Amino acid sequence: MSVRVVNDTAVLEAQAALQLDFRGLLRFLYLSFLYCQMDVATVPSLEVLPSPQNHIELNVVSSDQIEQLHRRFKQLSGDQPTIRKENFNNVPDLELNPIRSKIVRAFFDNRNLRKGPSGLADEINFEDFLTIMSYFRPIDTTLGEEQVELSRKEKLKFLFHMYDSDSDGRITLEEYRNVVEELLSGNPHIEKESARSIADGAMMEAASVCVGQMEPDQVYEGITFEDFLKIWQGIDIETKMHIRFLNMETIALCH
Amino acid sequence: MLGAAMLLFWLPLVGAGATDKPTQESVPLGEPPPGLALFRWQWHEVEAPYLVALWILVASLAKIVFHLSRKVTSLVPESCLLILLGLVLGGIVLAVAKKAEYQLEPGTFFLFLLPPIVLDSGYFMPSRLFFDNLGAILTYAVVGTLWNAFTTGVALWGLQQAGLVAPRVQAGLLDFLLFGSLISAVDPVAVLAVFEEVHVNETLFIIVFGESLLNDAVTVVLYKVCNSFVEMGSANVQATDYLKGIASLFVVSLGGAAVGLVFAFLLALTTRFTKRVRIIEPLLVFLLAYAAYLTAEMASLSAILAVTMCGLGCKKYVEANISHKSRTAVKYTMKTLASCAETVIFMLLGISAVDSSKWAWDSGLVLGTLFFILFFRALGVVLQTWVLNQFRLVPLDKIDQVVMSYGGLRGAVAFALVILLDRTKVPAKDYFVATTIVVVFFTVIVQGLTIKPLVKWLRVKRSDHHKPTLNQELHEHTFDHILAAVEDVVGHHGYHYWRDRWEQFDKKYLSQLLMRRSAYRIRDQIWDVYYRLNIRDAISFVDQGGHVLSSTGLTLPSMPSRNSVAETSVTNLLRESGSGACLDLQVIDTVRSGRDREDAVMHHLLCGGLYKPRRRYKASCGRHFISEDAQERQDKEVFQQNMKRRLESFKSTKHNICFTKSKPRPRKTGHKKKDGVANPEATNGKPPRDLGFQDTGAVILTVESEEEEESDSSETEKEDDEGIIFVARATSEVLQEGKVSGSLEVCPSPRIIPPSPTCAEKELPWKSGQGDLAVYVSSETTKIVPVDMQTGWNQSISSLESLASPPCTQPPTLTRLPPHPLGMEETQVPLDMSSDPRSSFAFPPSLAKAGRSRSESSADIPQQQELQPLMGHKDHTHLSPGTANSHWCIQFNRGGRL
Repeated sequence: MSVRVVNDTAVLEAQAALQLDFRGLLRFLYLSFLYCQMDVATVPSLEVLPSPQNHIELNVVSSDQIEQLHRRFKQLSGDQPTIRKENFNNVPDLELNPIRSKIVRAFFDNRNLRKGPSGLADEINFEDFLTIMSYFRPIDTTLGEEQVELSRKEKLKFLFHMYDSDSDGRITLEEYRNVVEELLSGNPHIEKESARSIADGAMMEAASVCVGQMEPDQVYEGITFEDFLKIWQGIDIETKMHIRFLNMETIALCH
Repeated sequence: MLGAAMLLFWLPLVGAGATDKPTQESVPLGEPPPGLALFRWQWHEVEAPYLVALWILVASLAKIVFHLSRKVTSLVPESCLLILLGLVLGGIVLAVAKKAEYQLEPGTFFLFLLPPIVLDSGYFMPSRLFFDNLGAILTYAVVGTLWNAFTTGVALWGLQQAGLVAPRVQAGLLDFLLFGSLISAVDPVAVLAVFEEVHVNETLFIIVFGESLLNDAVTVVLYKVCNSFVEMGSANVQATDYLKGIASLFVVSLGGAAVGLVFAFLLALTTRFTKRVRIIEPLLVFLLAYAAYLTAEMASLSAILAVTMCGLGCKKYVEANISHKSRTAVKYTMKTLASCAETVIFMLLGISAVDSSKWAWDSGLVLGTLFFILFFRALGVVLQTWVLNQFRLVPLDKIDQVVMSYGGLRGAVAFALVILLDRTKVPAKDYFVATTIVVVFFTVIVQGLTIKPLVKWLRVKRSDHHKPTLNQELHEHTFDHILAAVEDVVGHHGYHYWRDRWEQFDKKYLSQLLMRRSAYRIRDQIWDVYYRLNIRDAISFVDQGGHVLSSTGLTLPSMPSRNSVAETSVTNLLRESGSGACLDLQVIDTVRSGRDREDAVMHHLLCGGLYKPRRRYKASCGRHFISEDAQERQDKEVFQQNMKRRLESFKSTKHNICFTKSKPRPRKTGHKKKDGVANPEATNGKPPRDLGFQDTGAVILTVESEEEEESDSSETEKEDDEGIIFVARATSEVLQEGKVSGSLEVCPSPRIIPPSPTCAEKELPWKSGQGDLAVYVSSETTKIVPVDMQTGWNQSISSLESLASPPCTQPPTLTRLPPHPLGMEETQVPLDMSSDPRSSFAFPPSLAKAGRSRSESSADIPQQQELQPLMGHKDHTHLSPGTANSHWCIQFNRGGRL
């Protein structure tokens, strides 16, 4: 097994980049070690030295899970190194999801992949897949206030990016309406009109939360991420954006 | 403090004493045929129900007395006070009647007092939270209760073997296990009573409370199994009996749940067909839930589980099916019954404890039991939590565990079960009764008293009561979908996957079967929240007499009286906590002159918040039908008006969003105009706005569906329901008249004027650009519009009529004006005329009157007469505020009462 990961500079770099505390560092080392133990064949796409940001998911997603995820990844991609949008059509359970297209899009969103401020990737490799999955890991409350806040922000950012489809940093009314329409699209009896008015109402509410008293000629142009955080203030998302299995050691999940 | 309660309490005793004599005397004196008595005393005929009613009355009065002092109730839980009151009352009964009376009978308790409480908690259980934590709840309920029962029983037996329990307590291992099984169960009534006042966070609450509800099955099984073992005698118990005992656990719990679900299904299905007999809807809910309870009890299944599941299962469909009023009725009746039952239970518990003939004291047993239940509860919680935390996303921390251990209150269920024991089979019954009483009192009083300070001291995460916001609801839905999708992608069939599947199934089959078609159609959670928020806004708006303005810090001299009222009202609090409706109204602070301001305010109030009473043609007062009466229509209408306002305010403040590409700043320019810079092009931003927004259609959604539903309702009713569109229809009529007359001066009503930048409009920017009343009523535009514009309008009329021609399909579209005449008008208005719009501002009294009287509201006339002088004086900067205000109030109140 070649030493790919654990050299001092990489660790220091990672530490500097992530401001990991000591415990996190130990974990990182441990998981890196596990990672080295893995058969290269199972993770073909990870031959490059992982960039610092990818340590985040290594931090939490254990090697077992990586293996399972990789198996699933191969299943989805049809043994190709990358997944394209069309591959998601093969997931039959997704069909019924009203915001299906938005979610699939989020998988290819450069912002979520931490690859750029905007735009969509054509295809994602396993590393990217893991990056997306890492958004759904549970918040480790033992890591301290800052870390929790950080990962909370990450999760909300994922949601925010899904709303903000033109990546201008604002959820405009049009975008919001779009989302609400899709959310309600499961019910054919609710017309677009009502979806619109709901979005309008929500936008109004957001404006009143974020801006407070509006001047008559003031215009609320859309929900920025700061406003978005404000809306979420005081609401626990601890249980709302987690996939349980990403927390467990082993689950036989792939068929 | 207790004087009133005492007095009432004496009544039945005195009555009983008084009636004993006449009945005894009447037997020997019965020979002469009784003549026609003017007055007869028939106490014993009404005795039973009378006593019941009196007891409830006493309990309720006691509750009122307790709550007179906020200090006491904030420190001491109500249940404690009630138990103490019961002790006092019991003592008095004992002293007067020389024997203990009015005890908590197990039969009464299980058949009448317990079901309402359980139904209430099941029906109003936050189902999402419950199912999210179902794993933990089930673990604590099943494993925890089993653990508590066995360890307590065995430990007590060990205590006896060690010689710490007096030898006169004749009990074997089985007896102690029986006792352990009845004392181990956490009591839903006690938990609910105490935890409702403590306000711990939702997760903690649902775990403790859910456990107390679901452990009933375990308790029932354990109790029955142990009881039958005791009755058989330990020698005769065979191995198969143990297996049977284990099997019966499944039968009792699953059977109880199944009974509950079957009745929930029946209930939902029945309410689907109550369209014509709305009046019995609440009754059905109670009857079928009670039937579920009795059926389960009859089959010796877990009755509590049955009612819980029934309430939990039916709620969604029942709420969708029954009318709004029935919903309120169900809610209040359920809460009332539950609170009554709870009060009576605690009071009777106190009274029952007085009866010393029933119990025998043994210090060793009592102290040992107290120690063991506390110790094993804590130990059990810690062990189970440790296991659960391996699986939970949000682990339960130490503080949670402390509260959970400490919140294991025992209550009336244990007491009723111990009373039910057979003294011949269980010789130590009296000792058990005494111990149970002590345990119940200890947990309810001592733990109940201390849990609040404890929670404060430990800084347990409290529940923050924020109302559901639309954004939150939307985001949560999105999250749910995302999670389900990710689980799909990953191929992991976890919780979200199954919840998603269930929702699909529910939507496809169950809801379709169990919900009315109209309800099913518009059924959506997001929509529900939206609707509720709007209703809330509307109601609070109406409750304040439409004077939202006064609460937003605007110093309007004309509204002092209303202001003081509004400040004390609850809805004002609601409003201040950030409902969207008042957002726009603060804008009015920038008003220039008093005159304009008053006009604007008047306009706004009159057309925004006022319900216009209409003559009713149908006077129905049947018993079997509650006609859809004024209140409901009023609610609906106000709701729609309010909706419109919300949307407008939103649009006017934020419309830029929609025109970011084409027209970046129409609002800004519109405001410049107010400052005297007449810019004809400025308002060009309006027409696209009119086109672009069709939001009012949303309002109609409910109305339409309602009308489908009530399509059989009479024509008059329907006409009444069209209140919102009336304005529009009037407009078109008037427009036609205008066309006929062809002269501007004779133009019958100011309403026909399309919205040029009027004073009111400029003062109330959120009104602008909308086909709103304010725009129509604003009068001065009659003067500025050139005659040749009339033709343009007429064209617009025809287009409007074409819009109107499909009647009733989309009523509110009528309220919107066609855009092009606006544009034409705006562009052609001569500069010099529009430059000083105020100079031409006049509200021709006759016109106003005509317009008003045409708008069918006879009740509005006095108000109009009030308006006339106000409108007449142009330079009246401060119009007599008192009169205007008082009139407005009266007017409003009248509307409200109708």
